[in-house]
Amino acid sequence: MSGNSLYITPSPHIFAREDIRGIMWRTVASLVPPLVAGIYFFGLRALLLTVVTVATALLTEYLFLLLRKKDTSAVFDGSAVITGILLALILPPRFPLYAAAIGSFFAIAFGKQIFGGLGNNIFNPALLGRAFLMAAFPVESTVYSPPIRSIFGLDVITQATPLTAMKFSHIKTPYINLLIGNTGGSMGETSALLIILGGLYLIYKKYIDWRLPLSYIGTVFLLGGVFWLINPQKYPDPLFHILAGGLMLGAFYMITDMVTSPVTPKGRVIYGIGAGIFVIIIRLFGGYPEGVMFSILLMNSVRPWIDRLIVPKRFGEVRK
Amino acid sequence: MRFTFKGGVHPPYRKYTSENPIKEIGIPEEVIIPLSQHTGAPAKPLVDRGATVYRGTKIGELQGFISANIHSPTSGKVKRVFEWPHPVALKSLPAIIIEPDGEDTLDESIKEDADYLNASPQEIVERVKEAGIVGMGGAAFPTHVKLSPPKEKPIDTLIINGAECEPYLTADDRLMREQADEIVQGAYLIMKAVGAKRGFIAIEDNKPEAIEAMEKAVRDYPDFRVAVMKTKYPEGAEKQLIWALTRRQVPSGGLPMDVGALVQNVGTSRAVYHAVRYRMPLIERVTTLTGGAPANPGNYLVRIGTKVEDLLKMTGGLSEEPVKAIMGGPMMGIAQYTLDVPVLKGTSGILLMTAKEVELPRERDCIRCGRCVEACPMFLYPTRMAHLIKNKRFEEAREIGVLDCIECGSCSYVCPARIPLVQYFKYAKAELRLLAQKA
Repeated sequence: MSGNSLYITPSPHIFAREDIRGIMWRTVASLVPPLVAGIYFFGLRALLLTVVTVATALLTEYLFLLLRKKDTSAVFDGSAVITGILLALILPPRFPLYAAAIGSFFAIAFGKQIFGGLGNNIFNPALLGRAFLMAAFPVESTVYSPPIRSIFGLDVITQATPLTAMKFSHIKTPYINLLIGNTGGSMGETSALLIILGGLYLIYKKYIDWRLPLSYIGTVFLLGGVFWLINPQKYPDPLFHILAGGLMLGAFYMITDMVTSPVTPKGRVIYGIGAGIFVIIIRLFGGYPEGVMFSILLMNSVRPWIDRLIVPKRFGEVRK
Repeated sequence: MRFTFKGGVHPPYRKYTSENPIKEIGIPEEVIIPLSQHTGAPAKPLVDRGATVYRGTKIGELQGFISANIHSPTSGKVKRVFEWPHPVALKSLPAIIIEPDGEDTLDESIKEDADYLNASPQEIVERVKEAGIVGMGGAAFPTHVKLSPPKEKPIDTLIINGAECEPYLTADDRLMREQADEIVQGAYLIMKAVGAKRGFIAIEDNKPEAIEAMEKAVRDYPDFRVAVMKTKYPEGAEKQLIWALTRRQVPSGGLPMDVGALVQNVGTSRAVYHAVRYRMPLIERVTTLTGGAPANPGNYLVRIGTKVEDLLKMTGGLSEEPVKAIMGGPMMGIAQYTLDVPVLKGTSGILLMTAKEVELPRERDCIRCGRCVEACPMFLYPTRMAHLIKNKRFEEAREIGVLDCIECGSCSYVCPARIPLVQYFKYAKAELRLLAQKA
């Protein structure tokens, strides 16, 4: 018997099957429904856009891992693919491909790798990439082409995005269109239904904490409702608030990003409420029609404080 | 209704040996009795090289309040008193090495007390102390100490722990199925010793036969009931078990007696019965030999001091080469560097894993998924504590509760980044102990 070839490792000696790779790739799978919706409504150009952002994200990740002398196999842990897909989903479907590539590079390089790679970034990389493109390509970032086809015989809404129409012309897009997704908007944000579908899968797999989407959407609904009750002519109703724009995608795929959201259950509720308040403030009183992106980026920067201040109450703790 | 606690994890249970009846393996060619098999001070050796000992002869005397006697598991001659690899300390410690004569002659001092049920509380504690009984669930805390709470901490609830929440282990399950009456009699004696008013026998619901056997055994004991627990790890952890059954929280830094509770493992309970009735010291135990490597995994009645190597020989050896040898279960057990280590009073299982069964974790950076926070049955903040400890901020880790960690390993088990969280906490505890000594 070769007693000298035994591994010595600390306990435990068994592990949950799921590692980072498993979580990331199954999250990628959950993004398929909104991705398919985007391609259906906006055509193969949307697919091409996604291919470009994902390929750039992977390439950038690889390059930086190489430069940082890190294990390059991490490039296939799925996280860069998620960033690539998410960035495509929040871009206008006809966004210039070269600009999308620049945005994807920025997202991975300055949103993630520069902080030390997965787990160390402060901001959601995809949202940071989107914010960068908003500043660098302001015109291209706000030109939204209408869907190329409809579904279930619904009218294609050809005007500006529902939020722009509401903010600047007080035109309300029908709820059913918002739910299904045949409206103008970012490639993967229009179909609330399919995003919720993917999100429920993530909740079921416990990749995301239900507290985050609930507190975020709940706050937007309640606070939006308060303003609507104050002045229904001026402000959109709460249902419109939660179905239009990027709120659903933000609530299930952005604010829930493990790395950039708080760790504790209580911290997550505070975080979601904070972001919800920012959405309403920006949508109703800001210069932009949409506030999801900035609401989450703003809360990203507060996250470390939340994680430090909210410490769970311990078993048997006697608080003085 | 099933009782349970908050937090915890659901590892695969792999109770491969639950249908293997307890089998006695006999006497090995050599037994190794470490002087320290328990929490507290090591025993003082009473014998030297050449001494003749019998089955049950006291060979080591307890020293101080928290310590335990040790006894010879069979008759024979003391070969030497020397250092030997210790399965918990992971280094060599003094041990009494005995060469059995094969006769297994009983020591004269061991006589049955037919009137054992009328033993006074003091007598019960005294016999338990004399018999060198320690917690057999793994922690090996001297039992007579737990049976002697100070007057101002009366105990009203006794919990006999048959949860056996560690994967792979089935020794307690088998013991409950096969020796239910002895366990209950032991429990009755413990209850009498501490003056408790009610007793629970806590068993996870993945052991229906054990539940049935114990329910039958407690029928004549109105103060006892079998409590069916949810199968979840670490259901059998002392503080979690007490909370699940009584909704009382053992205060941070406190002991079960602070909330009027006492927890004893089923094997310990049976050992108490043997000590009080037969004055038989703790010299053998049931342990689970399991994993993919042993040729004949099973539940074996083993003399304390039997080397793992010999246990394997006596049960048919290996079918596959182990790459990891663990004393205890896979969640809290200790990986061994040699199979020369002896079975101790607290050895609930020996898990020999093959290359196929072993994952060698590769640590990555925390992705803040929060699974450790959700899993921690002490409601601690594992990822934050680990971060502080990595940066040697031990005092801050203490402030947010690292000393409350029960080292169950749930956090490390669920971590998708495979961060050895519980290892950081053990390290911090050791560092904080050193700092406290310096101060």
